[in-house]
Amino acid sequence: MAERAELLSGWGRTAPTCAFVFRPRTTAELAAAVATAGPRGVLARGLGRSYGDAAQNAGGWVLDLAHFDSIGPVDPASGQVTCGAGASIDALLRRTVREGWFVPVSPGTRQVTLGGAVAADVHGKNHHRDGSLGAHVTRLELVDGQGELRTLTPADELFRATVAGLGLTGVITTVSLQMIPISSAWLAVDTRRTADLEETMSALADLDARRRYSVAWIDCLAGGTAVGRGVVTAGDHLAGDDIDDPLAFAPKQRASVPALVPSGVLGRRRMALFNEAFHRAAPRSADNVPTRGAAFFHPLDALDRWNRLYGTGGFVQYQFASPDPASIRAVLEALRIAGVSALLGVLKRFGPGGDAHLSFPLAGWTLAVDIPARTAGLGPALDAADRLVVESGGRVYLAKDARMAPDTVEAMYPRLADWRAVRAAADPRGVFTSDLARRLRL
Amino acid sequence: MINALGAPQSVLVLGATSDIAAATVTRLAAGGRLHKVVLAARDPDALSLVAEQVQALGVPEVVQLPLEARDPRSVEAAVSAAFAGADIDVVLVAIGMLPDQQRTLARPELAVCAAQVNFIGAGVAALHAANALRRQGHGVLVVLSSAAAERPRRSNFVYGATKAGLDALCTGLGDELHGTGVSVVVVRPGFVRTKMTAHLPAAPLAITPEAVAEAIATHLTVGSCTVWVPRTLRPVLSVLRHLPRPVFRRLPV
Repeated sequence: MAERAELLSGWGRTAPTCAFVFRPRTTAELAAAVATAGPRGVLARGLGRSYGDAAQNAGGWVLDLAHFDSIGPVDPASGQVTCGAGASIDALLRRTVREGWFVPVSPGTRQVTLGGAVAADVHGKNHHRDGSLGAHVTRLELVDGQGELRTLTPADELFRATVAGLGLTGVITTVSLQMIPISSAWLAVDTRRTADLEETMSALADLDARRRYSVAWIDCLAGGTAVGRGVVTAGDHLAGDDIDDPLAFAPKQRASVPALVPSGVLGRRRMALFNEAFHRAAPRSADNVPTRGAAFFHPLDALDRWNRLYGTGGFVQYQFASPDPASIRAVLEALRIAGVSALLGVLKRFGPGGDAHLSFPLAGWTLAVDIPARTAGLGPALDAADRLVVESGGRVYLAKDARMAPDTVEAMYPRLADWRAVRAAADPRGVFTSDLARRLRL
Repeated sequence: MINALGAPQSVLVLGATSDIAAATVTRLAAGGRLHKVVLAARDPDALSLVAEQVQALGVPEVVQLPLEARDPRSVEAAVSAAFAGADIDVVLVAIGMLPDQQRTLARPELAVCAAQVNFIGAGVAALHAANALRRQGHGVLVVLSSAAAERPRRSNFVYGATKAGLDALCTGLGDELHGTGVSVVVVRPGFVRTKMTAHLPAAPLAITPEAVAEAIATHLTVGSCTVWVPRTLRPVLSVLRHLPRPVFRRLPV
């Protein structure tokens, strides 16, 4: 089998490790790779959008499912579609939007594979209403630790361990998904500019009641009482009766960040200026503004490889969910006291959590912040944030983690033991592993 | 695994009774992720003392291994024993001795011993560790070289010669390993106040083992590199090495 040694890191570009990357062409080839795996194991990797080390397997094999990229026709009656796990949400949308179908859940980027999206149980701006992706998956095909192809439905215990299972229960080969009908690729979007965290949170809660999608960008660098001021956007799919060619969907990449950006381009001061400008540019209040789906759902996709903006030092994204709204302010405050500047913040309300063992969302709030990895004192500051999150009954998103401690995971994910039992049965030899699994001793 | 912020979970120290090694383990434990420390050294009594200190730092798993740096097979055995159980994130090669220059000049066989320990022992340790790290696809190899490797002084050139050999080997090794997930950090401290140098008058820009440890800890995520401690030594040594020899000879160093 033709494999090559490759240095891999996550989207945050931290802690790179070397693995043998192999692109199987068929399920038989894939199963053979799993059956003959060496002591350092196997892991499937999608498009590398996990921020940390979830899709790395140092010294072992990494399977690239680029050849598993089929996109089935959407059943016009049921709205179900079956795709190869290597197909991206981008490719899927480019195929189906024109026919009037949209993905039930879309993360902040289209550049993820369906296999990866299931393995992380991704959520989107509609979590408060529709839950995470796993709730809309009707069937999975998985090559387990014995190299056997298994078909899973939501009734299977292994299904619930595979959704949000971080690729550690097997290699997902096909994903069947329940799509949602749309009559245009546009959204009616409401915008609210807010003056502080409290106002941001109440605007989110308010708009959530009316809108299917909602999210807030928040300014974590603003001083004093302005911390957490932001721009809340919320929307619904637009009927599009008065739009020319309403189902046209061909988003373009406008620019690509060059390979060599020195660390510190996104410094605290520059980002504070950017935040100020972004905040002022937003309308104080606007309703029902027609907006293209790509601009609403995936604004950063227009800038290819934007992760390079953080320079060679890379960055971490710290995302946590908590049932306690006070934890948002507490964590922001803890970071501020530690002198850690979060350059970008995204706040959102979550609806009830799903039934996958390691699924991240839980009813309450979620905050994601981007921080340059070489920030002084970042390790202890995030450890302190972890403690606040655990105390509040919350958890950190494993698909984005790059630095947590093993014991913390046990405290955050109460169903970890159940997951381990199902995983052990599906993979008795312990073939599937990742740098994240080693680091967190999953 | 070493995390995104450079906190390792497992460390192997070859030459564990060195003061710089002890300071480095203490500093790395402060990262809050250190789970396993493997300590290898020649003197078993001194080694158990170090092991107790590491346990006191709250490291749950501390392993002691015998190591005779003058015997390449002993070095190889220590490295393979350390990697047998699980991954090692950071390997610190702190094998070294400081020969008494005047005695060495009178008895050249003492220079053989210095070369065996500082160059061959430490060099073989680095090579074996590099191979083991390559197999696991990740890790950082930290090698204690010396500012004396860049420009040996009249008062310590036998030591400088052994460190120059080790420095050249490990600098090249770092370039060889580029792209493998394994990096080599070559540390060039100036005069460090330790038990190895306790009998000597301190040189200018003298530093503590803690300063070396801090420099090591902050260079675990940057890839293969050369680290001067203190940083000002780099321009100083750069000037010194380009001085005409008749001038350098007259310097009181």
